[in-house]
Amino acid sequence: MCLAVPGKIIDIKDKNAIVDFGGSKREVSTILTPSAKLNDYVLVHAGFSIQILMPEDAKETIKLFEDIYGQNK
Amino acid sequence: MDKISDLFKREIWSDSALAENIVKRIENLSEKLKNKVNIMEVCGTHTMSIAESGIRSILPGSVNLISGPGCPVCVTSSGDIDRILSIASKKDVIIASFGDMLKVKGSRGKNLHDIRISGGDVRVVYSPFDALKIAKENKDKNVVFIAVGFETTAPLIAAVVKAAKIEKVNNFFITPLFKLVPPALKFLLDSKIARIDAFILPGHVSAIIGYKPYEFLINKYKIPCAVAGFEPIDILRGINLILEQIVYDKPRLDVEYSRVVKENGNEIALKLMSEVFDLDDANWRAIGVIQGSGYKLAAEYKNFDAFEKFEVSYKKSAEPKGCLCGAVLLGISRPIDCKHFAKTCTPTDAIGPCMVSSEGACAAWYKYGIKR
Repeated sequence: MCLAVPGKIIDIKDKNAIVDFGGSKREVSTILTPSAKLNDYVLVHAGFSIQILMPEDAKETIKLFEDIYGQNK
Repeated sequence: MDKISDLFKREIWSDSALAENIVKRIENLSEKLKNKVNIMEVCGTHTMSIAESGIRSILPGSVNLISGPGCPVCVTSSGDIDRILSIASKKDVIIASFGDMLKVKGSRGKNLHDIRISGGDVRVVYSPFDALKIAKENKDKNVVFIAVGFETTAPLIAAVVKAAKIEKVNNFFITPLFKLVPPALKFLLDSKIARIDAFILPGHVSAIIGYKPYEFLINKYKIPCAVAGFEPIDILRGINLILEQIVYDKPRLDVEYSRVVKENGNEIALKLMSEVFDLDDANWRAIGVIQGSGYKLAAEYKNFDAFEKFEVSYKKSAEPKGCLCGAVLLGISRPIDCKHFAKTCTPTDAIGPCMVSSEGACAAWYKYGIKR
């Protein structure tokens, strides 16, 4: 029940956004992430975006990926 | 990986070459283990993802994954299910619920689905906002949203209760049966019921509460742990980080899921929860009351409490006979240790909630045919 899926905001008005989950689109409440804006990636749980996925934090993960790939390839 | 946006695509997180690479690291570390280790995945969504991806079958024999009390439907006590059913049987009530709650049985063997068949108005909703919408469209009925869930779900429901108050919707109620993860972890460690050597911590609960609330796991209990995401690569990386901590005897709080989990979580969600809810003791199936492990509605929001509105108090009731769900939730038993498993208890005709809920450990083992 804690299932949450990342998607991209393709339209936003007031406290509601249209989020694209790789093709399927849904209206999502941004009441818990009021700073979310167009083109942001958000994590959506039961019709609410609960976190904005930040590129800055993601960079760290990319580096980890490269480390793992780098060692045995 | 070319672009940051690629990071949010699922394919990246189930790349088999990358997975193999991490498994190799896990194998190397496992050779240095002195004993077999029990790693508990606390969250039901992890349980399902581990089963679906077959991770258990590719891990070395010395690395054992055990499921914990992280499925909200499963940990809702039989007595609380009875209270829900009692409200659902009343006249002029519409029940709005997440789908998973419909099949779990109360102490008399009935569930919300049975009430629907016998003419009750029970509706499945995707979002708690849908429940509020039903209330606004049915002013002559009392609409009760079955509020179960962990910290991931609680702020959504807080937002909806607050909206109901602002919009003066006085026929909308919730059953505050929330459960909180950190007090449950503390209980598991203090009670020493199961041998737990490390925790894979829940990713989406942590999206809300952040990783700071877990610091006690290191400071007080020195237990290795990692907050992990839900894709196969996430979980393998979480296990890899945990094994490093165990092998080098350096317990620390690793955050594998940094693309989502921040130190302080979602502060807007946390503020909303502290406005609408007060901490309360909660009753967990098979465990009993854990102090401060749940929420009740704060004084200002009391009139949204369905249990108070319909005056249904909690009565302790027995667990289904011979059902090992309680022991499974505590990490003591595996689903296949239960004599009912896959024989008299299946997802279509379940005895206990761990087989009912799509995130229950028994349902996961059944669906994916897990043997060990």
